[in-house]
Amino acid sequence: MLFAIPLAWLQLKRERMRLFIAIAGIGFAVFLMFVQLGFRDALFNSAIRLHETVNGDIMLISTRSNSLISIQNFPQRRLYGVLGAEGVGKISPIYVGFGLWKNPFWEGLPKSQTRQIMVLGIDPNDDVIGVSGVDEKARDLIRFQDQILFDKKSRAEFGPIPAKFVELGNKNELISTEIADRKVTIAGLFELGASFGADGNTITSEANFLRIFTRRDRGDINIGVIKLKPGADLYKTLEAVKKSLPGTYTVNPTLTPEAAREDFVVGEMRVLSKKSFIEVERKYWQNSTAIGFIFTLGTVIGFVVGIVIVYQILYTDVTDHLAEYATLKAMGYKNRYLLKIVFQEALILSIMGYIPGYFLSILMYTGTRNATALPLVMTTERGIFVLCLAIIMCLMSGAIAVRKVQDADPADIF
Amino acid sequence: MTEPIISIDGVNHYFGSGGLKKQILFGIHADVDPGEVVIMTGPSGSGKTTLLTLIGALRSTQEGSLKVLGQELRDSDEKQRVALRRNIGYIFQAHNLLNSLKAKQNVMMALELHTHLSTKEQAEMAEEMLKAVGLEDRMNYYPDELSGGQKQRVAIARALVSNPKLVLADEPTAALDKKSGRDVVEIMRSLAKDRGSAIVMVTHDNRILDVADRLIHMEDGELESYDLETQAPPEKVIALG
Repeated sequence: MLFAIPLAWLQLKRERMRLFIAIAGIGFAVFLMFVQLGFRDALFNSAIRLHETVNGDIMLISTRSNSLISIQNFPQRRLYGVLGAEGVGKISPIYVGFGLWKNPFWEGLPKSQTRQIMVLGIDPNDDVIGVSGVDEKARDLIRFQDQILFDKKSRAEFGPIPAKFVELGNKNELISTEIADRKVTIAGLFELGASFGADGNTITSEANFLRIFTRRDRGDINIGVIKLKPGADLYKTLEAVKKSLPGTYTVNPTLTPEAAREDFVVGEMRVLSKKSFIEVERKYWQNSTAIGFIFTLGTVIGFVVGIVIVYQILYTDVTDHLAEYATLKAMGYKNRYLLKIVFQEALILSIMGYIPGYFLSILMYTGTRNATALPLVMTTERGIFVLCLAIIMCLMSGAIAVRKVQDADPADIF
Repeated sequence: MTEPIISIDGVNHYFGSGGLKKQILFGIHADVDPGEVVIMTGPSGSGKTTLLTLIGALRSTQEGSLKVLGQELRDSDEKQRVALRRNIGYIFQAHNLLNSLKAKQNVMMALELHTHLSTKEQAEMAEEMLKAVGLEDRMNYYPDELSGGQKQRVAIARALVSNPKLVLADEPTAALDKKSGRDVVEIMRSLAKDRGSAIVMVTHDNRILDVADRLIHMEDGELESYDLETQAPPEKVIALG
């Protein structure tokens, strides 16, 4: 691919303005792809953030639940029922509810001072949510009536809670507000993060949860968390859990036999390993909502825009150099040499356009992360993936543009 | 007697096909010896350029026999013609230099096809050649920083740098004023003579006819040859200029 005279690069360099426009165009296409893929991954990652932090090996959920935002309840006795099964260590319930949060520092119009927040009810004795700020000391605080923990990475619309918490904390005061018309006090902060499904999160004890959601009955839990005994085998325990639950055993026929071992239904309970628990939530957002599709479509659009831009640039470039190319052919250069030049130009453009697009995307990720509390970060895999897309994009444009090179007829220039 | 460098025997050429088929060249016969400078004249449409593109292996010969540097071009394939082109120097009406390359790099482009040369050797040969055409202080200029005559001299350097046995030139002075046109052909002639290259040059410019050893006049696709050492150029040739 290398020649003593790097004609492809010299030709690109000679037309400064065109090179700049090409880089801007490709950079934009790269940026667009990064934005779309970044948002898509952020959506999936935010949706499974809670799932990843749950301290447990096997989860029980209702068969009627599709995702965390529409999670259904089931009787806690089902969870007690597996306690005797081989390998099961500790069990713990999680209650999930959504209620309107009142912004305690709202100074605007009376309406829209409330916003829906996710409330998790846990047993204060169990270390079931493994995020920073929900340690034993914090769990002791929520034993008190109507005391809750607030996610400091919740969206700003819930009020300037983290700043005020520290400010008032220095004066030994606590913030009081309302969730679903129940007066609560913020006893501590933890760090989880907003998701597309929940703009903010709070954690409290089972007892306080039931005080907030008065229509919920004690024992109607949403997630049953099972911890294995030390050294117990996951698959053997899953088998044991299967036997200890009442009802018929069924599996989703679309699952592979391996996946079916850690994702199955017995009666009204769905039994999931932690891995499947995360996977089910991710798949819900990916396949059962329009969001995954929209972002994929956005990526494709970025890719197509890139092809069009690069093609335009390369086509103009070939047209401008047609007489020169014909001269080279007359001198005895083969068609292949000219094709190589076009593809080299495409490759150079893709890499030169990728670099500004990459850095612009990092900037945008940082800005969006700060503004939306979504987990938007540049990952190495995505960086490489988009680089590959950019190169494929430019090579495809090159493949269309090289047809013009065939027009260079050396007999015409005499 | 040495083998002629070009040997044309009964070449006919047609453009178009079917009812629109038009004959351009009629039974052309000509030989060009090594080192000979031949000027080809004739009115527009007489078939000069067609003949030049045939000799230059830019088109394939349809009828008759055309041998260039010993290679028969009748029914030749693209591969053979590309190989032959590498041994011919071309000078065009427009300089056709690569605008993105400096003068020296343009000259080196002709050497890059000769893969046995290292980049350093190529650069040295290109520099020497540019010195020979009087452009030693313009080696690193881009074509659009050079005058018309200077550009054409770079084109000559490019055509001659690989020491081709044959140089084809199509109206190399057309875009130049009298003085630089004269300089260009003088340089061309003396360098070609030094290296033993034959030149076939198409021109309308009667001011430069005297550089030729022989004159070929084409009219309506037929050819007449005049040896300028023994004959004066005919009236009709001079009148064309």
